[in-house]
Amino acid sequence: MPQETNVFFVALSLLLSGDAALMSIVALSLKVSLIAVLASAMLGFPLGAAVALWRFPGRGAVVVALNALMGLPPVVAGLCVYLLLSRAGPLGEWGLLFTPTAMVIAQVVLVLPILAALSRQKVEELLGEYREQFVSLGMSRLRMMPTLLWDARFALLTVLLAGFGRASAEVGAVMMVGGNIDGVTRVMTTAIVLETSKGNLPLALGLGIVLLTLVMLINAAAYVIGEMARRRMG
Amino acid sequence: MKITLPLALAGIMTTGWAIQAHAEGYITLASTTSTENSGLFDTILPLFEQATDIEVRVVAVGTGQAFEIARRGDADSLLVHDTAGEKAFVENGYATERADVMVNDFVLIGPASDPAGIADAQSAAEAFADIAEAELPFASRGDDSGTHRAELRLWENADVTPEGDWYRELGSGMGPALNTAAAMDAYVMSDRATWVAFENPQNLTLLFEGDDVLFNQYGSLLLSEARHPHLKHDLAKQWHQWLLSEDGQQAIANFEVGGQQLFFPNAQ
Repeated sequence: MPQETNVFFVALSLLLSGDAALMSIVALSLKVSLIAVLASAMLGFPLGAAVALWRFPGRGAVVVALNALMGLPPVVAGLCVYLLLSRAGPLGEWGLLFTPTAMVIAQVVLVLPILAALSRQKVEELLGEYREQFVSLGMSRLRMMPTLLWDARFALLTVLLAGFGRASAEVGAVMMVGGNIDGVTRVMTTAIVLETSKGNLPLALGLGIVLLTLVMLINAAAYVIGEMARRRMG
Repeated sequence: MKITLPLALAGIMTTGWAIQAHAEGYITLASTTSTENSGLFDTILPLFEQATDIEVRVVAVGTGQAFEIARRGDADSLLVHDTAGEKAFVENGYATERADVMVNDFVLIGPASDPAGIADAQSAAEAFADIAEAELPFASRGDDSGTHRAELRLWENADVTPEGDWYRELGSGMGPALNTAAAMDAYVMSDRATWVAFENPQNLTLLFEGDDVLFNQYGSLLLSEARHPHLKHDLAKQWHQWLLSEDGQQAIANFEVGGQQLFFPNAQ
């Protein structure tokens, strides 16, 4: 690891060095956050659409809960998942604590409410536009769901990115359930915490710039894909 | 685009499982931040892995949290520095054996100008009393770690009840506490290993050292098979015994930062 005080130089040499340890940390960060976001999307988008479509008692409470959980502190999510997965906890048998899987679970807890709450809102807006058509076609709510989700896809892409931002940026939850084990559960954010605690501030900030660059690239890719798709579909 | 995305995801998934599949012969070790942050594990773990083919996965937390992790059955082995706490852990049936592994010592760090004049103190008790009397900022870990527990004993030794504006409980690890102390020019007690390896001292310097009460003993514990039968007791035992063996003790002695030996093996 470089001993330099100029953080941009540190960041650049980190990026260019192709350091194996750094690469595996970057790869794990991406892997954990991407899987967490995809799993959350598979659960959260249908959930959000369902809440938008159906009227049931306590619906208001569900909407408020989803909105409130968007602000769930990562360390609380981490603590809950920790207690759940700990050997002394209900799912202790699975032996998942201090593994990347545990980190994915913790991030799903953080990301799912964001995806569900925001997709609920987007779908509800779209439903207002489409309602008359749906009624004239005599469509069931279950049939409306895929149509609405599909037509809201560009808005949902942004929602997905918000979820990914939350997942890749948080440190409290993955630190607690992953344990920041070198080579096993160390990700960008926990590595930054570790380097800061060692007083190696340039390296910590350099890692921060690397993380930011990655997130930027992913957002740029999503933007380009979204634009291309939009243009093709008209 | 339609094909590459699922492919990329499949790749991500499979490498994810590969990491876990590889994890056959490993133990999880709950230990303290001082051993991890100083770089000791980076030096001795490869030697152990070479000798036994057992991977050691270190979860580095404060001693209080390390005890809690072990109590809940989430770690196979425990290496901490709170002899009184360790003995209680054995007495309460969570561990079956405890052994001295190595020592280092605590040092008192403070602003180079040393306004409390602790550099001239004859004993640690006097140094602590000086800081309290002058009511100069003191950064305490405040996190129930081994270092925090030792610090509280030292205040007791000095007949001081640390409270007031000058006594700042941070509730953070050793490294963050040093960062904070550096930012507010406060006195702080650190284990020597973390201090020597620390790279952001700013205006801080080592002011007091060498009193016997600053002795910092590290112990390794064998966790109870009866209480947590699912743990990898066989592998953990090999680790415990290696630490106490001639090879392990030599590896600890050989670890240096900037030409300075930081941990002194003292297994019996």
